[in-house]
Amino acid sequence: MEIPYTYKARPDTGLYNAKVGIWLFLASEIMLFGALFSAYILLRVSAPVGFWPETALAWPRGLLNIPIGTFNTAVLITSSVTVVMAWASLQMNKFNHFRIYMVITVLCAFAFLGIKSFEYNDKFSHYVVQTKSGKPVTGHIEVNGKHPRFWNFSDQWTLARLTAENVKEISVAVDPERDEHGHVKSHSNHAHENRTIATDDIQFLGSYTPATHPFFAVYFLITALHGLHVLGGALVLAYFAFPGAKMWKDNPQQFINRIEVGGLFWHFVDLVWIFLFPVVYLL
Amino acid sequence: MSLKSFHLVFIIASVALMTFLSAWNFLNYRESQIGSDLAWAVAAGVAVVGLIIYGRFFLRKLKNISYL
Repeated sequence: MEIPYTYKARPDTGLYNAKVGIWLFLASEIMLFGALFSAYILLRVSAPVGFWPETALAWPRGLLNIPIGTFNTAVLITSSVTVVMAWASLQMNKFNHFRIYMVITVLCAFAFLGIKSFEYNDKFSHYVVQTKSGKPVTGHIEVNGKHPRFWNFSDQWTLARLTAENVKEISVAVDPERDEHGHVKSHSNHAHENRTIATDDIQFLGSYTPATHPFFAVYFLITALHGLHVLGGALVLAYFAFPGAKMWKDNPQQFINRIEVGGLFWHFVDLVWIFLFPVVYLL
Repeated sequence: MSLKSFHLVFIIASVALMTFLSAWNFLNYRESQIGSDLAWAVAAGVAVVGLIIYGRFFLRKLKNISYL
């Protein structure tokens, strides 16, 4: 027996099976991301007054690169426009236009991920150094003449590791001083000052990674989960653009429905970013 | 809800975000007097206008497709 409404809409609801399925799935996704957003907000409002790293565990400001985040937002908005244009092209029986729009969507997805990995690399090589004799400083470090890289976990440094490996000193390209809004202070030199710090003078050393501060824990959790959704969506859309497009000849209506379902998922992923960007980067 | 309806919701959310981003950058500019903050505020404002124009074009182009 054939399963009904796999591609034709049910007359009383006007929906086909896959559309009901994707909306149920998206409802569960809203609960997942909603819980993580709530965790972020609760951690933030319960953080001590002041700004990290001057005040331990207070909420940091100005650590994320807003121009890069804005550019990534524009990339995702563009990809939503192209995915809907791909779907509309199929409705108008223009298969070649569909494929062009789909390829642009997938390229936007990989551009987003590439830019995000650049941001991740910056955080994994960015450190806070609390000395015994002064205020904490932040900046990119160099140990034994090498910068840590995020794709190599053995590159991560802690005070215990510095001591164990008998490293006498590290070099820090110290960040310019920032005010409570995260802006570089007007009297501060915008250039990074290079400072050498003896290992014996270090009280705490931690990279901008989850172990150092709850902000990084929740930032990496939400953005990495979102990134996995982008990757998954991009792979499915790439499949529809090439090998999966054979269905267009056999059953065009079912293929159009598949693109619509893929597009709904893609819009959800982009909508998560529309909320994520102001909450994590701006506020 | 069809992709057409969800896309409209997405465009409305994007317009709201760009409006907020423009205001946020403009307030920063008033405090810091840094030219790049003003440039970002203007760019976000242009994005708001562009998204509204696109939204109207999208509605015209897909007027025969259902919202369901």
